[in-house]
Amino acid sequence: MAITADVTGKNAKNAAPRRRPRTRVLSFGDKVFLTVLIGVPLLALLAFVWLPALASVAISFTQWDGIGLSSIHWVGLQNYKNIFTNYPPFWPAVEHNIIWMAFTALVPTPAGIFLAYQLDRKIRFSRFYQMAIFVPVVLSTAVVGFIWEIIYDPDNGLLNSALGTNNPAGKHYIDWLGNPHLNLWAVLVASAWRHTGYVMILYLAGLKSVDPSLREAAAIDGANGRQTFLRVIVPAMKPINVTIIVITVMESLRAFDMVYVLSGNNGSKQGLELLSLLITNNTVGESPRPGYGSALATVLLVVSLAAIVTFLVQNFRKERRA
Amino acid sequence: MSRGSRTTPISGDGSGLVTDRRTLLRASLGGAGLLLAAPALAACGGKSSAASSGGGGGGNLTFGSDGSDPTPRKAYGALTAAYTAASGMQVRTNVLDHNTFSQQITAYLQGTPEDVVTWFAGYRMQFFAAKNLLHPIDDVWDTIGAGFSDAAKKLSKGLDGKTYFVPLYNYPWGVFYRKSLFQAKGYQPTADWDSFVALCAQMKKDGLSPLAAGFGGGDSWTNLGTFDYLNLRINGYDFHMQLMGGKVSWSDPRLNAVMDHWRQLAPYLEPGASGRKWQDAAQSVFDKKSGMTVTGLFMGQAITDDSLREDIDFFAFPAIDPTNGQDAVEAPTDGFVLSAKAKHVDAGKKMLEWIGTSAAETVYANVDPSNVGASTKADTSKYNALQQKSAQMIASAKYITQFGDRDSDPGFISAVVEPGFAQWLASPDDGASTLKKIESQRSQYFTS
Repeated sequence: MAITADVTGKNAKNAAPRRRPRTRVLSFGDKVFLTVLIGVPLLALLAFVWLPALASVAISFTQWDGIGLSSIHWVGLQNYKNIFTNYPPFWPAVEHNIIWMAFTALVPTPAGIFLAYQLDRKIRFSRFYQMAIFVPVVLSTAVVGFIWEIIYDPDNGLLNSALGTNNPAGKHYIDWLGNPHLNLWAVLVASAWRHTGYVMILYLAGLKSVDPSLREAAAIDGANGRQTFLRVIVPAMKPINVTIIVITVMESLRAFDMVYVLSGNNGSKQGLELLSLLITNNTVGESPRPGYGSALATVLLVVSLAAIVTFLVQNFRKERRA
Repeated sequence: MSRGSRTTPISGDGSGLVTDRRTLLRASLGGAGLLLAAPALAACGGKSSAASSGGGGGGNLTFGSDGSDPTPRKAYGALTAAYTAASGMQVRTNVLDHNTFSQQITAYLQGTPEDVVTWFAGYRMQFFAAKNLLHPIDDVWDTIGAGFSDAAKKLSKGLDGKTYFVPLYNYPWGVFYRKSLFQAKGYQPTADWDSFVALCAQMKKDGLSPLAAGFGGGDSWTNLGTFDYLNLRINGYDFHMQLMGGKVSWSDPRLNAVMDHWRQLAPYLEPGASGRKWQDAAQSVFDKKSGMTVTGLFMGQAITDDSLREDIDFFAFPAIDPTNGQDAVEAPTDGFVLSAKAKHVDAGKKMLEWIGTSAAETVYANVDPSNVGASTKADTSKYNALQQKSAQMIASAKYITQFGDRDSDPGFISAVVEPGFAQWLASPDDGASTLKKIESQRSQYFTS
């Protein structure tokens, strides 16, 4: 298509004169500086992320009560076997994580993109709208949880009072957070409330950085608003799109705080089981089971890595081909 | 987790802790770095203690309190102030959020705990004693022993026969109601099952919700009150304790009767219970929207208007099998332990000796009247009617149980039994599949 042809500006780049090769000579001071600059974060990354992650994988093959090291003993795959075959909340948790991801990808993410697109068109009070929609993102997810807990309270909550459904003895009593068929969706609405603003601000920043001449060119070529957006703007914003997809997947897999707040500290309310909550339930508490919890964490780690790695590999492959 | 004082985790000094842990967890979940969790949490507890005790080593005794709710907080404050006045010893208190405290206790006791720490009697104390995280205090009991009943002594002992615990107070569970409501409608407290169910039916007919209930948020432990009593009344104390100790199967046919009886109560439970906190369930009784509720004396902590207190009364959970009658009372006991890592062991023991006197209990009870002093010499003259009745009920009981999550492995109860019952209550059937599910996971917790 003619409209998409020169979006990435690759041709322009190729036409430009080649840059002079950089000097390869680094002074001793530079080398030390670079070593420190790269080495320290690398060590921190290894020590605080990958070492614990690997240790966690190791612990997942043991049984341990978390007190002293002498009580650890090896149980092989027992923890995994129990998780997959004899742990009632596990499969619901997997299902809820998938629903969470699908919902986040299908509702708040497009909504955020839509809002960003509208706000980018320099409508009146644009700054005010931006701020208003962005406010929930400033709050921590736990705080968002507390806010919605007040809204969803069945007896005294805003929602039930407004709907007139707050009488326990009445016919239409809605237990937003207690009803296992309802509570996940209630929480997803709360989560979407925050996620929409997040996606909006990311996308808005992306839109602002798109070269206006692209739009002009598209307009001259006779593209309408929708065509311009879908065929010119979206492809031009590829880095932002990748970021948003990665964020959506990540947020869905690590969804935790809000549900932890809304379903209470022992967090295994029917309808609201999530992998992250199951991990916490088993590792934090009066009689923790770090082995079992670590096995759950390993499952989540594998799923997360699989999702992200698949996506990134495909993405890079496409880029190389292009 | 059956404690007198319950609230959302974001209260008092604990809010900082909650956030800390949340961030930590998020970090550790991101990299699945769970090995870090235990030491990091310990560090977390240590940090906050240093912060609120103002840092500095010093020779002062430190006191770790889980009384983060307003009433217990004030009461423990009065207790330490009175001890300072009596002994001249300064006590540095570190108040930790109530629920957070018990969730982090394992890491806390392994980290840098305070010297004297609030904790619970029974299985939950014995567990940490067996792990050498508590300091034996037999010499303290040589001094204070005379003031306690044998039952209290037994509760304070670890599995190795040494004592580790000084009880402060306990509180009974029962069926609570408002006297004025019962009077106005002509209801009578009941002592047997059939008339209890009949009373529920009558209340429902009168447009009340008969049994207020709230096990939303983190409050699904409240269901254990009903379960424990049903099991104690139907199958008796011995079976109940074996069940709690993981020694008999949860698919034992004797439990079918328990589920059957519980199912009879299900239609009388206040709707929406799974989304409500226990405090709101208590409020529904105070507001006369509900007729009764199965709960503990700590319900009084939810009272905001003091004139209401005199209108609250309770009766023992009705008898079902006459061989057991009403011989058992659930009366969770709270008190103090000395941490194994205490820096001031002698000073700590002195404080515990003082806490074990009836004078100390009076100081506490003056501020928090929703408990009963554990000492037999406790001054009962200032007790209100509810306390009098509670003390009498506990004293006359043949068996005293602590509560589901205190008599059993708390991890098993909170991760398996509580969600199981909460789920079952959403659509009560004969309970067979729920019990089977619980039983299938029992062996994962009770290994030794």
